[in-house]
Amino acid sequence: MEVKKLICINCPMGCPLTVEMEEGKVTKVIGNTCKRGAVYAKKEVTSPTRIVTTTVRVKGGSAAVVSVKTNEDIPKEKIFDCVKALKEIEVAAPVHIGDVILADVSGTGVNIVATKNVFL
Amino acid sequence: MKSYDILIIGGGPAGLSAAVSARENGIERILILERDKELGGILNQCIHNGFGLHTFHEELTGPEYAGRFIDRVKELDIEYKLNTMVMEISGDKVVTAMNRTEGVFEIQAKAIILAMGCRERSRGALNIPGYRPAGIFSAGTAQRLVNMEGYLPGREVVILGSGDIGLIMARRMTLEGAKVKVVAELMPYSGGLKRNIVQCLDDYGIPLKLSHTVVDIKGKQRIEGVTLAEVDGKGKPIPGTEEFYSCDTLLLSVGLIPENELSGGMGVEMNLITSGPNVNESLETNISGVFACGNVLHVHDLVDYVSEEASAAGKHAAIYVKEGLRSEEISVFAATQEEIRISAAVQEAPAAPAAVQESIRIAAAEGVRYTVPCKINPARMDEMLKVRFRVDRVYKNSYVSAYFDEERVIHRKKQIFAPGEMEEILLTKEQLLQFPELKTITLKIEPQCEKD
Repeated sequence: MEVKKLICINCPMGCPLTVEMEEGKVTKVIGNTCKRGAVYAKKEVTSPTRIVTTTVRVKGGSAAVVSVKTNEDIPKEKIFDCVKALKEIEVAAPVHIGDVILADVSGTGVNIVATKNVFL
Repeated sequence: MKSYDILIIGGGPAGLSAAVSARENGIERILILERDKELGGILNQCIHNGFGLHTFHEELTGPEYAGRFIDRVKELDIEYKLNTMVMEISGDKVVTAMNRTEGVFEIQAKAIILAMGCRERSRGALNIPGYRPAGIFSAGTAQRLVNMEGYLPGREVVILGSGDIGLIMARRMTLEGAKVKVVAELMPYSGGLKRNIVQCLDDYGIPLKLSHTVVDIKGKQRIEGVTLAEVDGKGKPIPGTEEFYSCDTLLLSVGLIPENELSGGMGVEMNLITSGPNVNESLETNISGVFACGNVLHVHDLVDYVSEEASAAGKHAAIYVKEGLRSEEISVFAATQEEIRISAAVQEAPAAPAAVQESIRIAAAEGVRYTVPCKINPARMDEMLKVRFRVDRVYKNSYVSAYFDEERVIHRKKQIFAPGEMEEILLTKEQLLQFPELKTITLKIEPQCEKD
């Protein structure tokens, strides 16, 4: 049996959670005060994901960089790959909120979209 | 001199929402004055997500959230001036401002909405010993450099203060390739959201040292390192616990202060706890026709609440302009600062005309640090009024209670109250009208054990 310890992020209580796992499957969650804690714990130990936000260089725009995000959450272990992929690209102004900056980042199937308007 | 019905000082989330609301409530001549080169305020540098769950029912980044309001301001054809700094506001609502194209100019307003936001506490406010080398930034300054201007302030980072901006910047600097060595927090708990502690520190293995502070800064030209020490219950460093961390950057995330130089200058009465103006149910200050909202009023943790509050301020300013001056209100606030300090009875002003019900004071008592608003005129309040407040420490399984003079009218249980989370109670007009003699509503936090 494998045991993992987490802090629940759903509210300021910050319940200390203990998750018991058997062959990669969650068998028990202890320490949560409400249902949300158990749901969070299961997701976090089996397939943790995050929205990634960063910036991308802009050529010829009113700002040097444009803020971007993954338009869905991606696996946590892909965060650095994603940021690295974005370091290597430069987009030309103008950029509009929602523009796809990079499709299918790091093989996640998730697009990187602009979150700010940058003008010429 | 040019004149406007409503002049809004600041084009951040509060100013934008106030402007939209004032226009939707029928005011034509509105002007927003913004000192930066674009609208949106601090949201422009907050590129992380988590904004807008209440307002738009989806998770947006800061610039996207601002973008929605900026679009609305443009759709409604609301006038704004960028790169424009307000220098002074007079008690009779003449605003002196300047910019590079028009020089210094004055504008007369019928109503003013203060929406200047807040700024970060600086190193100077902390009295950290040591030299003054380059490489010490407030977390927000670093955030602007990285997220808007495309510069990385340094490669080896120590962060003092575990407020949300500090936590967010720990992750941001890490993603940009810097090594964040440690986050030190003076208090025995972090003021940041659990989500940020997990997703900004734990995800990247960044240690959080609670009850620790910076006791020395090494380096003359550029910072070379800092010494951290553990502090005792009174915040005093414990000798022998010092530990040196080499670094080229120290970020400070040690609190926000409402930016009220303009308000103070025009004679707005300030609250010593919030460092923001004292306001009534209409978010109006002691100066009739001058309203305040957003972080200039009190520091918020959610922009959604800023937008909501500012929308109310915009609406009330619109009503004020439409009704004309309500001179009788001025007398209610006539008490001097000295009187306010000596006695809490702000309402001891000259008796209002019989037809006008006197304002009810809202007092913050046990566990409640302050309330916004701090007075209510039931005749002028909406059907429902949100009173926002903060608690002084963590309370578990406790009640928030509202006493209408002696009688406990509201008694609501909550699993947890934390200083970092703004709380609220709802008062209804109907409720207040049942107590025609009501003088004071007292808000307090009461423990679980107490029986009704």
